[in-house]
Amino acid sequence: MADSASIPSTPLLKDELDIVIPTIRNLDFLEMWRPYFQPYHLIIVQDGDPSKTIKVPEGFDYELYNRNDINRILGPKASCISFKDSACRCFGYMISKKKYIYTIDDDCFVAKDPSGKEINALEQHIKNLLCPSTPFFFNTLYDPFREGADFVRGYPFSLREGVPTAVSHGLWLNIPDYDAPTQLVKPRERNTRYVDAVLTVPKGTLFPMCGMNLGFNRELIGPAMYFGLMGDGQPIGRYDDMWAGWCTKVICDHLGLGVKTGLPYIWHSKASNPFVNLKKEYKGIFWQEELIPFFQSVVLPKDCTTVQKCYIELSKQVKEKLGKIDPYFDKLADAMVTWIEAWDEHNPSGAAAEKPNGTAK
Amino acid sequence: MSLNIEDNEVDIVIAALRSDLTAFMEKWRPFFSRFHLIIIKDPDMEEDLQIPPGFDHQVFTKSDMAQILGATSINFSGHSCRYFGYLVSRKKYIVSIDDDCLPARDNTGTLVDAVAQHIVNLKTPATPFFFNTLYDPFCKGADFVRGFPFSLRNGVECVLSCGLWLNIADYDAPTQVVKPNDRNVRYVDAVMTVPVRAMMPVSGINIGFNRELLGPALLPGLRLAGEGKQRWETMEDIWCGLCTKVVCDHLGLGVKSGLPYVWRGDGVDAQGAMESLKREWEGVKLMEEVVPFFQSVRLPRTAVTAEDCVIEMAAMVKEQLGPLNPVFASAADAMVEWVKLWKAVGSQGA
Repeated sequence: MADSASIPSTPLLKDELDIVIPTIRNLDFLEMWRPYFQPYHLIIVQDGDPSKTIKVPEGFDYELYNRNDINRILGPKASCISFKDSACRCFGYMISKKKYIYTIDDDCFVAKDPSGKEINALEQHIKNLLCPSTPFFFNTLYDPFREGADFVRGYPFSLREGVPTAVSHGLWLNIPDYDAPTQLVKPRERNTRYVDAVLTVPKGTLFPMCGMNLGFNRELIGPAMYFGLMGDGQPIGRYDDMWAGWCTKVICDHLGLGVKTGLPYIWHSKASNPFVNLKKEYKGIFWQEELIPFFQSVVLPKDCTTVQKCYIELSKQVKEKLGKIDPYFDKLADAMVTWIEAWDEHNPSGAAAEKPNGTAK
Repeated sequence: MSLNIEDNEVDIVIAALRSDLTAFMEKWRPFFSRFHLIIIKDPDMEEDLQIPPGFDHQVFTKSDMAQILGATSINFSGHSCRYFGYLVSRKKYIVSIDDDCLPARDNTGTLVDAVAQHIVNLKTPATPFFFNTLYDPFCKGADFVRGFPFSLRNGVECVLSCGLWLNIADYDAPTQVVKPNDRNVRYVDAVMTVPVRAMMPVSGINIGFNRELLGPALLPGLRLAGEGKQRWETMEDIWCGLCTKVVCDHLGLGVKSGLPYVWRGDGVDAQGAMESLKREWEGVKLMEEVVPFFQSVRLPRTAVTAEDCVIEMAAMVKEQLGPLNPVFASAADAMVEWVKLWKAVGSQGA
């Protein structure tokens, strides 16, 4: 059993958090995570051939869904869940009954901090999610709620309570999350810099949200975490988490929720094939030039007081303004609506939580 | 990153609030000695400055300032004296560090060349329009991550570099009273661009900036009624930073925060902080009043230089904040006066 890196006061939240893992190969990586993940319930979303059996290591409490299960559970609405792409993981978010989600890729392992100690990534995500974010004013000493830090001189006191944290975006050592062109130019580059910071992404600022090492408060923002239409039969791949991140950030900004980025690090072991990646991303690289101005200028009406309402409104604007880029966005807008319908169907009571007041526990 | 820093590109401006600068300058010698230093003696200080030999430097005293400026309504005493240094400099870049700070050590134990790091920050682009999750993409070993739009990868010119402090962090008086023994020991190995429209508290303790582009916007505007010599008894840099960030955002220029660190101070006198707090609650309250203003301020398209922006902002401050507190009305006047001084004294020849 690995030495617990936890400070006693961080709650485990073992009955309040599900770990969602998409996989198409195997779950061998879970062995390394066992000391940290074993207390939790896992939701495995098996992509690809449903007749293949994916073995889950002994001793984990889990539920596993393959494509047949997804089709059976969602019926025609299963069309919104991607096939042959890790975007299918968002099915796990929808089907979970927990307050928090942690999602991780199956090629991500436990990293070590500069002192050589193993990093309990899940614990750090929990810390990030349980303490407030500060999107309205940048703190130069980063997360003021971490031990050893605070708000600096000049930071307005009225903004020091912060807002509830909806998303905790972790980073990766070793193989960096670069796009295909950058991978082709710098195939050997490895991220070796451990930046000991967590910070809130300011309101009004977009960022590229990577789904490899991601925690979020499902009750606060879950319906916005739709990972789009990717993979089989779709003109694009590797933009699932990006799409979810832009939608999520816009909605968080509108609802007064916070997004953090930085610690924890995981060790990303597998560099995917850059030529395969280029084919997947190719259209995205051009499309994102138009998507970013779209997201930067989105205005959600005041009466969008729930995540679902925001998301449906967003889907309308996607249809109206992005449909002309490519028919894909028409389909995507429809899929966004299908996603919300499916979400509400499977999360009936308290699904449309009004804008939260007060800080997260 | 092998960026060339020319000796004649940089002035180091030091506000001397203590008379004996020997220890300070000796410790900084490896990093200061190739550059020209402008040392401004706090006009309130009686004693002569002690400066070790071997530095190419100029000292400006109260009488020098009076001679060069003539009659001015701006009060350059205390920490504000450094702005006089910015005015008389003729270099492209300025680095300014408080005289109670020494070089810090990074995580490998190596002394940090804060001057070089500021210049690197200023010579590499900033990326204010989109947040790169691996922080500074121009740093060795890093790059733009997947999902960062290619059209935004050129970045914009970085004109302000805000460094940080190990040991005694730049906290306000209430925080120092509550946590007198807290020390900042976390060395965060990152530089990042502060996104457009994000407000931030710029600490004047450790900064670098592009004087050519931003000079007029770095100004001694807000002076607290009971401003003191301790950093937690001032707001001049905070006010300056809020204005400067608006100017940068408007002109499409970048601001970075993070490295370099300096090592700050010997210790916090909690009793002193408490005394300050009794006098300086004013500063803390003032910040509350300015937040809505800075959140919504928009400059007209016609403002295309830093001077233009400052004049526009001064008018808005006078109109919208002046009625709230006389300190703001004075700040607005100081901003206008500063631009006058800048045109008269600051922008003569190179």
